[in-house]
Amino acid sequence: MSRLDATGDPVLTERDDDVTSGAVAFGETAPAASPPPRAATHASRASVREDVDDATTTEAGPADGGAAPSAVSPKAMARGSAPRAARSDRVVRAVGTAALVGVAVTVWLGLWVTPNAVDFGNLVRLLYIHPPLAWVMFIAYGVATFSSLLYLWPRTRHARFDRLAGASAEVGVVFTGLTLVTGSVWGRPTWGVWWTWDPLLTTTALLFVLYLGYLALRKVPGDRETVARRSAIAGLIAFLDVPIVFVSVSWWRSLHQAPTVDVANGHLYVHGSMAWTLALGFVSFTLVYVWLMVHRYRLAVLRDREDDEGLDAALAERWAEGTR
Amino acid sequence: MWRDAVLVCSKDLRIEARSRVGLNQVVPFAAAVLLLFGLALGPDRHALEPAASGLFWIAVLLTVVLAVQRSFAVESADSARDGLRLSGLDPAGIFLGKGAAIVVQLLVLEGLLTIGVALLYGAQLSGGLVLLAACLTASIGLAAVGVVYGAVSSGVRVKETLLPLLFLPVAAPVLLGATKAWNAALAGTPAHAGIWLSLLAIFAVLYVAVGIAAFGPLLEDS
Repeated sequence: MSRLDATGDPVLTERDDDVTSGAVAFGETAPAASPPPRAATHASRASVREDVDDATTTEAGPADGGAAPSAVSPKAMARGSAPRAARSDRVVRAVGTAALVGVAVTVWLGLWVTPNAVDFGNLVRLLYIHPPLAWVMFIAYGVATFSSLLYLWPRTRHARFDRLAGASAEVGVVFTGLTLVTGSVWGRPTWGVWWTWDPLLTTTALLFVLYLGYLALRKVPGDRETVARRSAIAGLIAFLDVPIVFVSVSWWRSLHQAPTVDVANGHLYVHGSMAWTLALGFVSFTLVYVWLMVHRYRLAVLRDREDDEGLDAALAERWAEGTR
Repeated sequence: MWRDAVLVCSKDLRIEARSRVGLNQVVPFAAAVLLLFGLALGPDRHALEPAASGLFWIAVLLTVVLAVQRSFAVESADSARDGLRLSGLDPAGIFLGKGAAIVVQLLVLEGLLTIGVALLYGAQLSGGLVLLAACLTASIGLAAVGVVYGAVSSGVRVKETLLPLLFLPVAAPVLLGATKAWNAALAGTPAHAGIWLSLLAIFAVLYVAVGIAAFGPLLEDS
């Protein structure tokens, strides 16, 4: 993929900053892209193709051989010549590798190295993933809400915050689902039931449904700015609901038990290897979150750009046909 | 803002009074829900009576969805929405007006449902003031959230399915609070309802504030 980094196309270069570092405002790039002079589009496409052909590896050949114009192909759009883009690519790859290694080591430590707990036996091994999953869930929703706020605030209104909110909420929903499942698996042997109407559990379940609704709303097609604005408002309403839900469910069900957290703290001081495994779990799942979110964010950028440029590229193609 | 709210509210209520959609469809729907709950929990009054307040509020929640959809269906026909935007009314006023109209409809409906609950489920009505306070605060909260989500989902094609999904989970604390307050009142211990009434009030105030702030941007571009 990095061989496309050799592309000398200035249009692609400028836009690629937005993919990775968000340096170019979305609103500024769109109009710049909208009236592509026929010659320029041709030239840029030619230069992309040329560079790919020059590349020593053959892998890129067939990908470019297709009829699709390179100017709109996602690969070409995602990777650019800007050194910054290449650098951030490397960073993302490093985060991904670290996340993978971290999770693998957590699994190894959690399943083979750490001892059984006195009270919970093998069950304690769930502890190494359940709290980190819940932690990531909170980070994800926090980031989503903060981005929604930034989007709604007129001075910081920018499409990048909308994408960030969407990406983060999406990852958050996945982690909420995993939190519920691991919690349920924990609950069955310890409490004897798959589900209990504990405030934490109930709030998490409602959180899951709330954000499923939010994601459904995001998927509804419409003018991009409208979608962004209504999603931000809906996201904010959903988030504001969470503390009220928690308080109300706590009052409703006052036999509040937070065994997982207490157990975790208890073991943190007792067993060194367990504490390290749990800490590693937190770190590696956070890295997984970052990696997933960056990719969702990039995908959102590409989708938006496809919307913007797909038509322009097609029009340019059509014009080119007419002159032949 | 307040003058605009009164205008919009009276407009919505006038439309409802003339079209009779609420009377002909929403009220029978709520009655059907009550009957179906009766069938589900079945003929034993010992099962129905303790569940009465919960069933009552579930029925209310379901009808709020209908009322909100109706409130925005009125605006979507004949580009009434554009007219509303062109009218120069304060968006916050429009929000408050539409919300107030829904609150009025809900209160009427809740009155009818209370009779239904008393007749069908054999609930012994007591602590009338607490019941009324719960109805009022819960309706304000539900209407506020409902109107914001109604506006969020009004422009889209899948609004019929989207609105319930968005609205019902957010309304969960209202369901809890209102049910608990009613339980306390019906059990003859209205003093226990205080904490739940305050929860309902906080919910109402919070979401009315959110609605006032958010309705302008929402109306602007959808």
